[in-house]
Amino acid sequence: MTLKTKIIAEDGKQDLLITREFDLPLDLLFRAYVEPDLVAQWMGTNVLKLDNRNHGSWQFETTDAQGNVVFRANGVIHEFVPNRKITRTFEIETTSFPVQLEFLEFESLSDHTSKLTMQIVFKSVAHRDQMLQLPFAQGLNMAHNRLQNLVSPLN
Amino acid sequence: MNLRRDVFQAIADPTRRAILLLVASQAMTAGAIASNFGTARPTVSKHLQILTECDLLAQEPNGREILYRLNPGKLKELADFIEPFRKLWDERFNTLETIMKNYKARE
Repeated sequence: MTLKTKIIAEDGKQDLLITREFDLPLDLLFRAYVEPDLVAQWMGTNVLKLDNRNHGSWQFETTDAQGNVVFRANGVIHEFVPNRKITRTFEIETTSFPVQLEFLEFESLSDHTSKLTMQIVFKSVAHRDQMLQLPFAQGLNMAHNRLQNLVSPLN
Repeated sequence: MNLRRDVFQAIADPTRRAILLLVASQAMTAGAIASNFGTARPTVSKHLQILTECDLLAQEPNGREILYRLNPGKLKELADFIEPFRKLWDERFNTLETIMKNYKARE
C-alpha cells in the first residue's frame, strides 16, 4: 500500500516536505484552504482572520470547553495564486517556537484528483527536528499518562 | 534523547547508510564490508564502531571472526520516529478530504 501522505525530512536540512494526493478535484482542494468555515472544520480551530491575498494575513484560535485559549497561531500571506499556490508564514503565539515559512503548491492530477506539496522552512535544523519529534514526544507522554492511569489505582 | 540523536547522526553519513544496506541481506566481516568501499580500512572500522554503538549493527561471533549484522528493531524504531508526525498530517488531510467530499455532495 502506498501512503497518501508522505513526509520527506532529509538529515541536516532545516526544511521538510509534506506531500499528499487527494481524491478531490483541484478547485475543491484549494477551496478547503480559502473558505474560513471549511478551514475551521478540517483544522479543528476557530478562524479569526483569513485574508487570502498578496500581503494578506490570517489568525486561528482554539479554545477548550471552558473558553480558555489553548492554541493561537497567525501569519502573513506573502503570495496567493488561486488554485496554484499560497506562500505564508506560520507562528504559534502560545509557544516560543520561531516562525516558519510555508510554501503550499496545489496541482491537478486528473479531473477528480489533486496533489498538495507543502514545504516548511524552519529557523534551524534543530527546530525542524524538534517539530518532527513533537508528536512522537506527545505520543510517549500519552502512553505514559495511560500507564499512570492504569497504575495509580493500584497505589 | 541523547542516544536517539546519535542514531540520527549515525545514519546522516552516506557511507554508514551504504554499510547498513550492505549487511541488510547478510551478516559480513569487517574486511568484507571494507572491500566494498574505496576508503581506508580504519575509516570503515570507525563507521562500524559508530553503527554498533548506537545498536544499528549487532556483532555476531562466527568462529574466530566477528560478523556484523543489521539490527532491524533499531531501524524500525527510527522509522517509527517520524511516523506520529506523518500520521498527524495524514489524519488532518483525511478530514479535509471527507469534508470536501460532503461539501461537493451538498452543492
